[in-house]
Amino acid sequence: MLFFSYFKDLVGKEVTVELKNDLAIRGTLHSVDQYLNIKLENTRVVDQDKYPHMLSVRNCFIRGSVVRYVQLPPEGVDVDLLHDATRREARGG
Amino acid sequence: MSWAGPEDIHLSTSLANYLDKKLLVLLRDGRKLMGLLRSFDQFANAVLEGACERVIVGDLYCDIQLGLYVIRGENVVLIGELDLEREELPPHMTRVSEAEIRRAQKAEREATDLKGTMRKRMEFLDLD
Repeated sequence: MLFFSYFKDLVGKEVTVELKNDLAIRGTLHSVDQYLNIKLENTRVVDQDKYPHMLSVRNCFIRGSVVRYVQLPPEGVDVDLLHDATRREARGG
Repeated sequence: MSWAGPEDIHLSTSLANYLDKKLLVLLRDGRKLMGLLRSFDQFANAVLEGACERVIVGDLYCDIQLGLYVIRGENVVLIGELDLEREELPPHMTRVSEAEIRRAQKAEREATDLKGTMRKRMEFLDLD
């Protein structure tokens, strides 16, 4: 559940989600669930010309299984905190 | 995904607030379906009413009517809410008939195939 909690802390921040089909979408992280499904608001596609059908999509739901990367804001990563949490989880609680 | 109550519906990833809205569903094979979301579950299995497939080839497009579609969740890439205020497509795109879009699709496929074969033949040149 570590990454679920981690993403929950990022709600409201601007992220770029790159999908396995190379589509990259930038938007405000609205919510995330246990499958790491993601909902974005105020989305825009990074390469708009290549994906004209995405022009009128403002809000979207992305299935967790098709996500390749989530690019985070630089201040969004507290590596030390993540590191500690990982060790805690590995110890079993 | 739990069943979201009415108070936290807007804070969850649940598709409940997309119900009865016109959506664009992107599938893993690259197809784009549009329709009204009538039902869904935790796997993103979805029922689209009045579904149509939007086929886009270059600057041409066509909407092909399909009817009621049940989509298996694993094929879903993205479900987008269509902003009805905005243009669905850039203005330079032209709507054509189904026959025409199929022709364009076939031409595009043949062009890609040809590019593939040419590349294969030239492989010994080690272009990259």
